[in-house]
Amino acid sequence: MTPESVKTPVLELRNLVVEFVTRHGTLRALDGISLSIAPGEVLGVVGESGAGKSLTGAAVIGLLEPPGRIASGEVLLAGQRIDQLPMEELRHIRGKRIGTIFQDPLTSLDPLYRVGEQLIETIRTHLPVTEQEARERAIALLAEVGIPAPEKRIDGYPHEFSGGMRQRVVIALALAAEPELIIADEPTTALDVSVQAQIIAVLKKLCRERGTAVMLITHDMGVIAETADRVAVMYAGRVIEIGPVRDVVKSPKHPYAKGLMGSIPALDERPERLLQIEGSMPRLTAIPEGCAFHPRCPHVIPKCHESRPVLEHVGAGQVACFLHEVRS
Amino acid sequence: MLAFVIRRILQSCMVLLTVALLAFTMFRFVGDPVAQIVSLDTPAEEVRKVRESLGLDDPVIVQMGRYLYKAVQLDFGISYQFRQPVIELLAERAPATLELALISSFLSLAIGIPMGVYTALRRDSLFARVFQSISLVGVSLPTFLIGILLIYLFAVTLGWLPSFGRGQVVTVSGRWSTGLLTASGLKALILPAITLGLYQMTLIMRLVRAEMLEVLRSDHIKFARARGLTTRAIHFRHALKSTLVPVITIAGLQLGSIIAFAVITETVFQWPGMGALFLKAVQNVDIPIMAAYLMIISALFVTINMVVDLLYAFVDPRLRATIKG
Repeated sequence: MTPESVKTPVLELRNLVVEFVTRHGTLRALDGISLSIAPGEVLGVVGESGAGKSLTGAAVIGLLEPPGRIASGEVLLAGQRIDQLPMEELRHIRGKRIGTIFQDPLTSLDPLYRVGEQLIETIRTHLPVTEQEARERAIALLAEVGIPAPEKRIDGYPHEFSGGMRQRVVIALALAAEPELIIADEPTTALDVSVQAQIIAVLKKLCRERGTAVMLITHDMGVIAETADRVAVMYAGRVIEIGPVRDVVKSPKHPYAKGLMGSIPALDERPERLLQIEGSMPRLTAIPEGCAFHPRCPHVIPKCHESRPVLEHVGAGQVACFLHEVRS
Repeated sequence: MLAFVIRRILQSCMVLLTVALLAFTMFRFVGDPVAQIVSLDTPAEEVRKVRESLGLDDPVIVQMGRYLYKAVQLDFGISYQFRQPVIELLAERAPATLELALISSFLSLAIGIPMGVYTALRRDSLFARVFQSISLVGVSLPTFLIGILLIYLFAVTLGWLPSFGRGQVVTVSGRWSTGLLTASGLKALILPAITLGLYQMTLIMRLVRAEMLEVLRSDHIKFARARGLTTRAIHFRHALKSTLVPVITIAGLQLGSIIAFAVITETVFQWPGMGALFLKAVQNVDIPIMAAYLMIISALFVTINMVVDLLYAFVDPRLRATIKG
């Protein structure tokens, strides 16, 4: 191991289980998520809608909507356990040590307050600065995220900004207190394609400059390939493959990951048709026994029906699939 | 901004004109006022004279034109029953109604908004449930029944408060007779104000609660939480302000209807206001008073509406842009 990877990870999830207690019984939405993000690293989290990507992000910052709750497992921020902290202490971590970017920049900002007021209140909530210092800092942040004439725009209302510009403001808000980790939940999904690349570039540049780690939740494989250092692929509330981005994108090991990567159209080759995974992801109420993917898997073996595969080291990454266990 | 105000004033004039025409034509069919003025054995000649002097045998369109022309000068004619200018009668009664309505609205906002916020934030607490149940009573009980129940309890049984009238009034600056400056005036105001404001209060409480619950689920509140803002800042700086935008509209419109529907409360408490005057006018087919009352109420509604629109823009910057343009 290199000394780099020995460092305490910024974020570590150990066997995280999130459940929803409903009238019809307890639903297990996240089932034993384990992953870690090193300082300055960008971890992409991919998967279909409903795989549990956003839920993982919400669980980390303690903002699961009731009746969702962390049933077991641990969340560690720089080695310190945060999943059992009282609400008020967790609040100090949100915004200060973990910044968050949500999907829709059009609705993330409070329409009734000036952009500057929202930046200044965030800065002053977390840092002991005066109003004037906070304002200067806010202007500097807006300049950094690439908003032209920030000393003028700071007094504008959100509706006076375009979608892309608003997402830049949201990034500025997430970075306001110099967090160690940013959770970016589909940061480009709601934006025009031409703006997406700009937003990703801004996010990447700022995080690299500050050494901020990023958990990049998206279903856009292009964004992942471009931005992430490592990728975690999620399916039905479980991580089924995690590894360096090159390996997972170019030579995925898990049959589901293969299917997912095969569904990306490439410009240089023209296959007859895109690969398609038969069937759809199971609902939370009907997750099959054993490997959750077995009903759709083209390589299913008897064992898949009975027991559940765990993440095992395969090459530089980890895969939860019996096919690879057998081979190794 | 100015263009907006001018446009709204023009629109308001159209509304008022329509109301005036409607009111006037409608009252043509209510009954024959001359029959009320003269007695049964009045000679036909005299009846004709009265009719003529009131201008009632001119074509309807002429009467209407004459009425409108005078109305814009605030001359609503002479009351058939009191033989006094209508505008004087109304001006005499207006302070009673306005004081009652304003105090009721103030009470309903001052109590309704905090109760709504409380029931939204502490949704499952005992008090929130109690408030919710009480509000159901407030919304569903008719005003006159609430008034009578209050009179029975506080005036008849306990004898704490007067059951009717305005108490002692003082005249300020020559015209305005107020009951707010004497102890008996204030005491007399309590029951009618509660009766008139209870429905509005519960309505506002339920509205604030529903709106606030909605806002608390919205994305910008979620993001405010993710930014690590204090609970107080999230609830009162962000959520409450968003909640109040629609509440302003309703509260404004309610002020209009509080004034208009004071009729019932004024009757129950024999409150000497415009509503009681209107009711008496209806009984006596006193067309000038009825028409003037309708005109004044609609003018109030229209004005309040305009003020609400301006307030709206004051709170919500997105609308400011629309109004400027």
